[in-house]
Amino acid sequence: MNGFLNQLPIGLSIAAVLLMSSLGLTFTFGQMGVINMAHGEFIMVGAYTAYMLQSWAGHEAVIAALPVAFLVAGLFGVILERTLIRRFYGRPLDTLLLTWGVSLILQQLVRDLIDNRGVQVVAPGWLIGGATVDGIRIPYNRVFIFALAVVCLVAIWFYMSQTPAGRRMRAVMQNRELAACSAVRTDRVDQLTFFIGSGLAGVAGVGLALVGTISPTLGQRYIVDAFLVVVVGGLGQLRGALIAAFALGLLNSYSEFWTNSSLAKVIVFVAIVAFLQARPQGLFQLRSRALT
Amino acid sequence: MSAPPVVDTTVAPPPPGGGWRGKLMTARAGWLGAFLVVLVVAALAPFFLGASYQLPLFTKYLCYAIIGVGIGLAWGQGGMLTLGQGLFVGLGGYAMGMYLKLHDAGPGKVPDFMNWSGVEKLPAFWEPFRSPVVALVAVIAAPIIVATLLGLLVFRQRVRGAYFAILTQALAAAFVILLVGQQGYTGGTNGLTNFSSFFGIDTYADNGRRELYYITAAVLLVIFLLLRLVVLSRFGRLLLAIRDGEDRVRFLGYDPTIIKTIAFAISAVTAAVGGALIVPVVGIINPGMLDIVPSIELVIAVAVGGRYSLIGAIVGAIVVNWAKSTFSDNYPSAWTYFQGALFIGVIAFLPRGLSGLFWSVRDNVPWLARRLGVWPPRRAPGADGAPPPEAGAVLIPGQGAAEAKEAV
Repeated sequence: MNGFLNQLPIGLSIAAVLLMSSLGLTFTFGQMGVINMAHGEFIMVGAYTAYMLQSWAGHEAVIAALPVAFLVAGLFGVILERTLIRRFYGRPLDTLLLTWGVSLILQQLVRDLIDNRGVQVVAPGWLIGGATVDGIRIPYNRVFIFALAVVCLVAIWFYMSQTPAGRRMRAVMQNRELAACSAVRTDRVDQLTFFIGSGLAGVAGVGLALVGTISPTLGQRYIVDAFLVVVVGGLGQLRGALIAAFALGLLNSYSEFWTNSSLAKVIVFVAIVAFLQARPQGLFQLRSRALT
Repeated sequence: MSAPPVVDTTVAPPPPGGGWRGKLMTARAGWLGAFLVVLVVAALAPFFLGASYQLPLFTKYLCYAIIGVGIGLAWGQGGMLTLGQGLFVGLGGYAMGMYLKLHDAGPGKVPDFMNWSGVEKLPAFWEPFRSPVVALVAVIAAPIIVATLLGLLVFRQRVRGAYFAILTQALAAAFVILLVGQQGYTGGTNGLTNFSSFFGIDTYADNGRRELYYITAAVLLVIFLLLRLVVLSRFGRLLLAIRDGEDRVRFLGYDPTIIKTIAFAISAVTAAVGGALIVPVVGIINPGMLDIVPSIELVIAVAVGGRYSLIGAIVGAIVVNWAKSTFSDNYPSAWTYFQGALFIGVIAFLPRGLSGLFWSVRDNVPWLARRLGVWPPRRAPGADGAPPPEAGAVLIPGQGAAEAKEAV
């Protein structure tokens, strides 16, 4: 039983990282119909931002790295969107291959400019260690990541449902033409969505930097799982992404715990295909009369 | 992006005037000639490529070409972007590798790597692979079973486009992790290696390498011709129609699920055959060759050659893999940048790949020549000043112009 509960903080923090990295994806895919494979590299950019900031300003800089990573990764996202992706709206398969090329280049840039191997970010003192409650060990850095994800989720929820910009974003997501007719500047909205989505990936990267080594291929490890969250959760669905991220994160970590880690991914895959039999469009979907 | 033209199967009537020239100079003559030249060059290749190094490399490119043709069918013709071909390459490769390994170990013994990881009794699923027949059947049957199962489950629920691509990618990733994790049964990261022979062919001798080359080239030829038949058949037409408008095909009373599943299974089998041939050629099969990165590299090679043309897929696979093995060792960093630029450049500027480039050059040369004041000699009377047929127009015979719709 203790083993079961000990696994919980790990599963929850994996889920939290999945959630932060898939939030951006679900909006860019849902709103613009693009598959951004370079999204994983924004996670990496965030992690390396934390590393750079730390080597420049010391251990406590990790907290300062959160907003900086958000800005830096978001900026990368906007540049990518402006220069390449916006020419390919509505062509997901092409953007998939295109952004894969971008991600190769970004990875190699990091290898050439910073370090070929992994680097380590040292967590500030108050994040090292953990509490033990009833024999269950709760590491502080996992709690921190979880809290980070909750903050991000609440912020996004607030942005989408309570602000005028969020209302415009939902409008574009539901019906781009009609939104444009109603004087919503859709390209501005696209830009902003891309900025926020990429920025969240950067924040996820800072979180990841706290729990492990960061390497140029950091993003590639998470991108497929993040897309699976989008597939299961439904396009552009905040609730869907939340439920799917936690379902997949916990399923992953518990099937690793009960069987062995090599079977876990297979189990998760089978579960997803089985789930798609019941809900091929994901947990939640926009209601529409469109055929496809 | 303009949709590709449908392959025109009707042979143009011989030019008026008749005689032997009319019979010989059909619209296909050029292609037949080129095909024969390629065949002759391929047959002579072992005599001017170094048998110790260049020839095995070239044979490896041909294996990738086999895999590429299958991707061309699924992606170019059927609109199914499969990013998980590594799975099928692996099924074929490991089936072959397991047989070769057991053949080397001898009857009643276990392969060397199992000894190292302390597995003393041969696992039950290895046992049948002592027989070469079982291994060859597995190369064909295993991918068909997996692809059919996945295809039926996924296509039936109309999961398509990017969703399908992501799922195949996740499947390849899961397969690789499984292989790495089961060290004692699969050889882990090292995979299966150290084969001494391939059905009596010594893979380390020059002669054996030549034989392997001829086997691979023959398999590629057969698979190419078979898939050409598939593409030109009514089934191929339906597949194209599904790519361009799945729902319309459904309204016409066809079941896209079956058609897509069959096409996906065919592409899976070609990948497995290619994978099975890679094993003796490079002498190893390991998870690193099957991961999502090599899988997507297979796809981009097809994109470079031209996703809508089977010949393009072969050319692309050979050219890209040649470039990779030529440059990636000496300039690993520059090669990665180039590869990234290749993804971006091909998708953005050359969506129809090298074969599209070939067609647009061919269609535009007469126009360019006229602009420069060069008039080609006229052969057929009556073609005075008639404009050349519209370049790249999409015509589905009997249905008029098709819409240029992106397969999502």
